[in-house]
Amino acid sequence: MSFPLLTATAALPAVGAIATAAVPAARRTAAKWLALFFSLATLVLAVVVLVRFDPDGDRYQLTESRAWISDFGVRYELGVDGIGVALIALTALLIPFIILAGWHDADPLETKSSRWRPTQGFFALILAVEAMVIISFEATDVFLFYIFFEAMLIPMYFLIGGFGDRAHAGSDEKASAQRSYAAVKFLLYNLVGGLIMLAAVIGLYVVAGNFSLQEIAEARANGSLDMATNTERLLFLGFFFAFAVKAPLWPLHTWLPNAMGEATAPVAVLITAVVDKVGTFAMLRFCLQLFPEASKWATPVILVLALISIIYGALLAVGQRDIKRLVAYASISHFGFIILGIFAMTSQGQSGATLYMVNHGLSTAALMLVAGFLISRRGSRLIADYGGVQKVAPVLAGTFLVGGLATLSLPGLAPFVSEFLVLVGAFARYPAVGIIATLGIVLAALYTLVLYQRTMTGPVKPEVSAMPDLRVRELVVVAPLIALLIGLGVYPKPLSELVNPAVKHTMSDVQKKDPKPEVEAAK
Amino acid sequence: MNTENLIALLVAAPLLGAAVLLCGGRRLDRVGHWLGTLLAAVSFVIGLVLFTDMLGKGTEERSLHQHLFSWIPVEGFQADVAFQLDQLSMTFVLLISGVGTLIHLYSIGYMEHDERRRRFFGYLNLFLAAMLLLVLADNYLLLYVGWEGVGLASYLLIGFWQHKPSAATAAKKAFLVNRVGDMGLSIAIMLMFTTFGTFAFKPVLEATAETSEGKLTAIGLMLLLAACGKSAQVPLQSWLGDAMEGPTPVSALIHAATMVTAGVYLIVRSGAIFNGAPDAQLAVTVVGAVTLLFGAIVGCAKDDIKKALAGSTMSQIGYMILAAGLGPIGYVFAIMHLVTHGFFKAGLFLGAGSVMHGMNDEVDMRKYGGLRKYMPVTFVTFGLGYLAIIGFPGLSGFFSKDKIIEAAFAKGGTEGWILGSVALLGAAITAYYMTRVMLLTFFGEKRWEPDAQGNAPHPHESPKSMTIPMILLAVGSVFAGGFFSIGDRFMHWLEPVTHHDHGDSPLSAATVTGATMVVLVIGVSLAWAQYGRRPVPSVAPRGSLVTRAARRDLLQDDFNHVVLVRGGEHLTRSLVYVDHTLVDGVVNGTAASVGGLSGRLRKLQNGYARSYAVSMFGGAAVLIVATLLMRAV
Repeated sequence: MSFPLLTATAALPAVGAIATAAVPAARRTAAKWLALFFSLATLVLAVVVLVRFDPDGDRYQLTESRAWISDFGVRYELGVDGIGVALIALTALLIPFIILAGWHDADPLETKSSRWRPTQGFFALILAVEAMVIISFEATDVFLFYIFFEAMLIPMYFLIGGFGDRAHAGSDEKASAQRSYAAVKFLLYNLVGGLIMLAAVIGLYVVAGNFSLQEIAEARANGSLDMATNTERLLFLGFFFAFAVKAPLWPLHTWLPNAMGEATAPVAVLITAVVDKVGTFAMLRFCLQLFPEASKWATPVILVLALISIIYGALLAVGQRDIKRLVAYASISHFGFIILGIFAMTSQGQSGATLYMVNHGLSTAALMLVAGFLISRRGSRLIADYGGVQKVAPVLAGTFLVGGLATLSLPGLAPFVSEFLVLVGAFARYPAVGIIATLGIVLAALYTLVLYQRTMTGPVKPEVSAMPDLRVRELVVVAPLIALLIGLGVYPKPLSELVNPAVKHTMSDVQKKDPKPEVEAAK
Repeated sequence: MNTENLIALLVAAPLLGAAVLLCGGRRLDRVGHWLGTLLAAVSFVIGLVLFTDMLGKGTEERSLHQHLFSWIPVEGFQADVAFQLDQLSMTFVLLISGVGTLIHLYSIGYMEHDERRRRFFGYLNLFLAAMLLLVLADNYLLLYVGWEGVGLASYLLIGFWQHKPSAATAAKKAFLVNRVGDMGLSIAIMLMFTTFGTFAFKPVLEATAETSEGKLTAIGLMLLLAACGKSAQVPLQSWLGDAMEGPTPVSALIHAATMVTAGVYLIVRSGAIFNGAPDAQLAVTVVGAVTLLFGAIVGCAKDDIKKALAGSTMSQIGYMILAAGLGPIGYVFAIMHLVTHGFFKAGLFLGAGSVMHGMNDEVDMRKYGGLRKYMPVTFVTFGLGYLAIIGFPGLSGFFSKDKIIEAAFAKGGTEGWILGSVALLGAAITAYYMTRVMLLTFFGEKRWEPDAQGNAPHPHESPKSMTIPMILLAVGSVFAGGFFSIGDRFMHWLEPVTHHDHGDSPLSAATVTGATMVVLVIGVSLAWAQYGRRPVPSVAPRGSLVTRAARRDLLQDDFNHVVLVRGGEHLTRSLVYVDHTLVDGVVNGTAASVGGLSGRLRKLQNGYARSYAVSMFGGAAVLIVATLLMRAV
């Protein structure tokens, strides 16, 4: 049997998590370096996956399959398509930056004595999340996917509740209370979603008799597995609800601003750029493949919810006073675009949605991490507490601007490519939807540029006048992200060629064809 | 070597400059401005080489094409990075890189005392690269990259002195208003994609014959929206006046000579679409006619020299848009006026900058006066630009503007009469406000006042690096129009791309020219009666209702403020409230009614680690129970 590359890619950060947690309390720095080492080693494995994967080969590659709980047909089945590979690469790429950016976020406070080892715990939890996210992108067994989809809530819960943003307007107690609230809200929302999905997973087993994505999808396609219309719709809704909470889709989004606001900036990036992507990824992989008819049935409602997310999220971002909550609402708007692309059911829309997942990860990471650096300097998340930073810290301001321009999808940067594809893909099938979504590009410019203007320009506020510019560690985090944003904006071809064949498969799953151009159709 | 391989270098040279200057750090502070100017000049020289090469070819073989790489390949959707250099693009390349190089040179002196001069040149180079990309792209999506790229450069340069809140606000406003226009471009490209399956110029423009008029009209109107944003046409004109917050060379290059004319380029380039959509063409001419009056009226009321010139720019671009809306009758003249305007308006702005340079950065013309003796070179070059813009016989504006007025009449019918009369009226107002600027600045009594720090102005001529570009632009302002018009050179040059039609004018060319001369004299005399014969008060009189409205940009900003800004603030604020109470509340409440979660949620806020452990345990228990249940199944 060949080397289990996918298992290794997911297991390595898990091993790293255990190793990091085991480092003695006094050796905090060693623990950080160890965590960084494991995240980089995982990145190397992810690159190997990327290289070994042949975009034009089989749909699922590097597959592994072992019996697991044979009593009821649960198997340990892994396999990746182009979309999975792209998202594994994104995850493995972002984690080292998240670790580096959060280098001092879990240093023990001098005033408090702690009985446990927060530094080790922080980095171990991040690696644990990475392991679970990666295996979620790999699992082709529905039950296996479900377990890790749910299990990642546990480390995330502790990351949000246990390591909050120290820049808090209220007292320590108030901060702690708000943090707990955010963590519990995150947990409950996602648990409820997960429970409903669990019911649907069980229901699927009852209907199909096993959990194998490929077997069920094949049986669905060749007609040997017939589902009653209502059964299919109920099962679809069960899956979709869980993914819509995670993604998050309006009106299930309200946990995200709390969680991103209270968590440290790197953890906020972990939430929105990495963990939430499992939700949109799963819509593409599970909802469309397992329940194609129900997906098409639900499309009108989902498109409307996605449109609301786009516009509503952007308007809410405009109204925020807190930098991190602003980025959270911007993300809600962007997730609306991703879901719009998926359910537009066109090649452009779905390719665009997949690229969007990757590009949103990069752009939000750039913007949010720089925002985190800014916040750590001033000790406040409030936009009004800043002004004129450009004058004292030009490099910080410049990188913040690039992150912002990526967020507003400036042509030439990577997010433009994906956003335009989603818009074109939506427009081709539903012109009105495409036009309304286009309003999002004006609103994105509004919230981004207002944020930049209020924090970076104008007279220098006395409180920021001694602010140091980006340090070397911080530059090491930001510069590669910016380089990638530019690189994938100018030359996105490698990425789009990676995902195109996978999108073709999904399109044939749902038996949808792209609308023909009018001139051609007339001939 | 094939000459088409040079096309990419036109863009690459300034792009390299931008990258080096913006990432290079302080080490480059001493040479940065020379490097930036050099790379702009490199672009110009390459442009000249390509131009000479093009002249040596037959009319039909002049269009060059360079394919670099496939940009966004997705099933059914192909976007390429590829360039197309034909006579229309060539005209723009020479204008952009030529005027661009002169303005780089001018900026060396103008920005000498600015500690961030290197960054300024980086932004200028970035602008050149984006603008050249805009005019060289062979498809609408790549054009879009240049389109927003120039918007970004404009944003960075308007807000260059961003410690001034007014500059930062103006920059943001410019970007936002332009984004509204960009929506139009986005939708136009989407429409092209669903109609033609492509958005490359050649296939789209060739397929227009087989397309329904409705579709073409929709595409045309969306392109017009885009053009309104970039070219500051009504109703998206409000950003241009504020954009004068940027350093003056920026106003000259971006907000007068090049970027703001991109809308004209877009419409002329898309000529085949508009030719098949008379309704869209009508809309274009209406926008042009309204804006040419709007800008001219605003220009009459402004005391800030740059804002008066900005009103004038708006108005002159209105002429070009009007001409472009006339179809093949007007395309050539739209572009010809665009080029001559590039010379004289850039020259006027550089002159204004030179005046400000000598007057402690004062911009209020009521505090100038009598400057002709102190700044002779500025006076003469500005004066030639002035004569050119009002259409003094023999100078550039005379030829190019006159042709547009003729073409407007040649549209025929009632429309022709209305458009022609508006264009004539505009010429009268132009003569009025430009004479006003001239008289207030260079003639009359000295009305100088010390600046805020109490320094009395000591007007002096600007250094050579500033006056040389002014002189060269003045030469263009004087001779370009005549040069283009002898033997209809410009028309024959552009005709293969834009095509030309003489139309059917109810008036002879001589009649139109005569009428233009009459309105010119009226405009100049009125201004002279008001500002030349009488002393000028150094504080503006209250003025009539119209004057006061014109000073406030005809109240459009007030409208925007009340409806969009205030309304938007209310909307977002109430949405924040709704999200916090209603959406959150309803979702939590639903959950509560299902499982009593709300009560548990409240209990869990108490912060005890124990409760967390319980909730975690609860989650795990659910999983186990579920697994057991499945066994039962």
